Amino acid sequence: MSRTLILGGALSALMVLAALVSFVWTPFDHTAMNIPAKLQTPNAVHWFGTDHFGRDMFSMIMVGARTSIAVAFVAVGIGIGLGVPLGLWAAARQGGWVDEVIMRGNDLIFAFPSLVIAILITAIFGAGAINAIIAIGIFNIPVFARVTRGGALPLWAREFIMAARVAGKGPARISVEHILPNIANLLIVQATIQFSLGILAEAALSYVGLGAQPPTPSWGRMLADAQTLVSIAPHMALVPGFAIIITVLGLNLLGDGLRDALDPRLRVARA
Amino acid sequence: MMLRYALKRLLSLLISLAIASLVIFTVIEVAPGDPASFMLGINAQEDTLAALRTELGLDQTKVQRYLAWVGGMVQGDFGTSYQYRTPVAEMIGDRLWVSLPLALYALILSTLIAFPAGIYAASRRGKAGDIGVMGATQIGVAIPNFWFAMMLVLVFAINLRWFSAGGFAGWDEGIFAALKSLTLPAIALALPQAAILARVMRSALLDVLGEDFMRTARAKGLSRGQALRRHGLRNAMIPVLTILGLQFSFLLAGGIIIEQVFYLPGLGRLIFQSISARDLIVVESVTMLLVFAVIVVNFAVDLAYAAVDPRLRART
Amino acid sequence: MSLLEVKNLSLSIQGTPILQDVSLTVAPGEVVAVTGESGSGKSMTALAIMQLLPDGSETTGAVDFDSEDVTRSTEARMCALRGNNIGMVFQEPMTALNPVQTIGAQVGETVQLHRPDLDAETRTVEVLERVGLAGISPRRYPHELSGGQRQRVVIAIAIACGPKLLIADEPTTALDVTTQAQILDLLVQLAQEDGMGLLMITHDLAVVANMAHRIVVMQNGAVVEAGDTPALLKAPKHPYTKALFAASAHQATLPDQTAHQPLLQVRGVVRDYTLPRTRLFAPPGTHRAVDNVSFDIPRGGRVGLVGESGCGKSTLTRAILGLEPVQAGEILLDGQPVFASGAPNLSVRRKMQVVFQDPYGSFNPRHRVSRLITEPFHLLETPPADRAARIAEALSAVGLSPDDAHKYPHQFSGGQRQRLAIARALIIRPELIVFDEAVSALDVSVRAQILDLIADLCGQYDLTYLFISHDLSVVRGITDQVMVMQHGMIVEQGDTNDVFDAPKHPYTQTLIEAAPKLPRTGS
Repeated sequence: MSRTLILGGALSALMVLAALVSFVWTPFDHTAMNIPAKLQTPNAVHWFGTDHFGRDMFSMIMVGARTSIAVAFVAVGIGIGLGVPLGLWAAARQGGWVDEVIMRGNDLIFAFPSLVIAILITAIFGAGAINAIIAIGIFNIPVFARVTRGGALPLWAREFIMAARVAGKGPARISVEHILPNIANLLIVQATIQFSLGILAEAALSYVGLGAQPPTPSWGRMLADAQTLVSIAPHMALVPGFAIIITVLGLNLLGDGLRDALDPRLRVARA
Repeated sequence: MMLRYALKRLLSLLISLAIASLVIFTVIEVAPGDPASFMLGINAQEDTLAALRTELGLDQTKVQRYLAWVGGMVQGDFGTSYQYRTPVAEMIGDRLWVSLPLALYALILSTLIAFPAGIYAASRRGKAGDIGVMGATQIGVAIPNFWFAMMLVLVFAINLRWFSAGGFAGWDEGIFAALKSLTLPAIALALPQAAILARVMRSALLDVLGEDFMRTARAKGLSRGQALRRHGLRNAMIPVLTILGLQFSFLLAGGIIIEQVFYLPGLGRLIFQSISARDLIVVESVTMLLVFAVIVVNFAVDLAYAAVDPRLRART
Repeated sequence: MSLLEVKNLSLSIQGTPILQDVSLTVAPGEVVAVTGESGSGKSMTALAIMQLLPDGSETTGAVDFDSEDVTRSTEARMCALRGNNIGMVFQEPMTALNPVQTIGAQVGETVQLHRPDLDAETRTVEVLERVGLAGISPRRYPHELSGGQRQRVVIAIAIACGPKLLIADEPTTALDVTTQAQILDLLVQLAQEDGMGLLMITHDLAVVANMAHRIVVMQNGAVVEAGDTPALLKAPKHPYTKALFAASAHQATLPDQTAHQPLLQVRGVVRDYTLPRTRLFAPPGTHRAVDNVSFDIPRGGRVGLVGESGCGKSTLTRAILGLEPVQAGEILLDGQPVFASGAPNLSVRRKMQVVFQDPYGSFNPRHRVSRLITEPFHLLETPPADRAARIAEALSAVGLSPDDAHKYPHQFSGGQRQRLAIARALIIRPELIVFDEAVSALDVSVRAQILDLIADLCGQYDLTYLFISHDLSVVRGITDQVMVMQHGMIVEQGDTNDVFDAPKHPYTQTLIEAAPKLPRTGS
């Protein structure tokens, strides 16, 4: 395993672990206000300091990890669940009207500035985690459709697919049996990338107040709270900022590491 | 050839615009709440409500309203704000002169940083310089731009006092003052995008370096650097252009958030104010305008492709 | 006095030895061929002379060009030599040219680089004319030219500055046989006229036999034999050389078989492809890939189909296999249509199988052999009860072990994979097998074995097959009947020996004329 893969895996695992542990244990109650202890810089009691209400930031980061991970995870799920079948279908009907409609539809979604539409959706249907998930998830669909189709097209030209067709297998069966396993690598790598983008998007939406609503903690809203206080309590901005950077960095490194580890060309070279 | 290609892309641009306007209109239509009762408050009389609805055109059928909206936009009439009773076009006009220059400023910065960084990394593949640049871009990609904006304010506005922490000087104050107040926002927008662009540039170049024609170029007697500049760059530009086009849309949209951090009177502020005031006609028009900008940029990218790649011109 | 003298050249790339003690010479005006099978190190030898080796290469020994050891030259010095004193032509003309630059710019660049005293534009026109592209504007882009024309452009780049040595690495492998003959003639002619040394790298002995003054045979990174062409052809000394010649000239012996009533009937088949619209509202044009083709294959018949790339033979194959509908005519197997009422006919399909060209691409890399070769069972209504026995039988029939059923395709060599492909075709005991360029990607010695295997199986299973190939010499040994296809039409068909010995159609005559032949060897 490469160092990239180990480092990326470790950082990602750290955040998932923080989110999981937060269900059973946090150092403090993340909602408990303690005004006398407000705006403390990181210290032995409050490892990441306290915010303007005296809440323990370490606990908030742990619980906030849940929100970020859950939103990004479901959004990626939407993208895979709808995008991959569409991509497979388009590739199986390459050049036909199905392909044309799916790919033009994709282009159309790409033409919308994603953040603007996410803002529009959450603004109109109400701010909240569910609408944030939908808004982010919609834009994952064309990404996965395109990656799937792009990976599937060269496979359709391969002779083992021809052999399967000569063996009487239909496009649906070939897509599931032969195409999907051979593009799984691509999809896994893309999923980690979209996961990290989802975390960034969730943070941006909560920052402008359109993501998860109080009392559900989120990293983006912690940053919004920090904005007016950044000159007197920089740690309030630094802590959630680093949490986001470390998570996204970890996921990106994991994606890069997986791509190298799963690339069959590299594997053949090593074998 | 080129003209036919351009016409074909233009047709697809118009279709995209038509569908986009329909989608936006539908989303706004299904939005809960009646603008008229929102504007007049819950105690409004039924007949005043009806009068206002007629004034706003809300009593017409959906099809009529859609056609009126699109027809108006084509003539530069974006309707009248429910909240301020002023033409939306005017409201947008002022704000556009903040948001558009900001996106362009950031795009230029991003390109100026990313191209040299990507080319440098590709030419030093696997060596310390490459690893350094790639490590930096890995972090750059992970930084949320609005957080980076806060850090810039903390360091350069609050501590060093080189820039003001927010607000826009206005173009009347002179181009220098205006650009100065856009500089921190542009940097905040540009750096994470530059990191992405540099990575794309590098990998596009490395892909091209493996091509047979690069070996032909070396067999001609070109040095590595000459072959890269004369034969590699233009071929590598094809994927890079795609990303540049996408980035403009990111930068426009990202600007909406960055404007919040720096209190810039741009389209982002307008859209948030309108959302909270349920001034849906403004939201609708600003969204459509942004979509229009993105689609037009993609059209320009398509034309740029054809300029770079003669095979595309032939395919039409 | 040699122009090029490679002395005891050894090469390793990242610790893996590639070349061992390679020595060869090229004199001015001399054509020297380096030949050998894949992995013999012949291309690496060429790259070592150019000093264009991959990163992590280490060489010992010397490469003296014009009395200068280029392994010790600086990179700047090599840049001055490459393109100016040494030109190089590569295998793949489709990708060897920069797609976004005009051909004139690419030829002219060499001139500007090395000969600033010349007017690059004038010189470009001259050189393009010399390589036989007189009518082609220098302002064309590579994608507007055919493969043969592109290879001429690559040659023009290589000779633009009048080099003393021209290295050609498999320059005709990617080209059709008629184009190949023209390009070979051009290379030899240029070498003679300019007194250039020509170092030809090729896997095809027949190609070099007619043109090279001397032949160098390589195996596993070492030179096993070198000598003047006539002497070497007459009396090869090294066992590997002998084996190579034997394999190249190998003809499988087909058992006699009596042909019965027709099994496959192709009647007036037409296959059109829709072209992309050239104008927005004009109806799209069509390309007729297969034009009114009719023929029969009798039960027990062994029929060849030859033609150059783009002649429509692959399209015809797909139509016969029932993978694509045809626009007119009908294809009947055993009296039943292969493609009925808009869908492939499964009961007919199970009567035929196919073996493809690429031994690397024809298996899903993620499945085991047992699953791969039983894929055709999908065509049966009920899978056979004796599945394991059928697998063992099919594997044994193609000379593999029944234990191989548990392995993955990457654990087999190219030749073994082609055996697997044949096993997959045999497993449902089809009545017709289509061999689609089935031996084209194989080295000569492996090819000879696979051809023998097919001949063997003919005896055991009373096979009926259609053997499609661009390679005339292969078709000759493995078929009773042959058809020649050009521009979507079958221009000649008849008994294989008759067609080869006395071709009637001018196109067949050109094809047979152009095909490189290996002279009778002494062994």
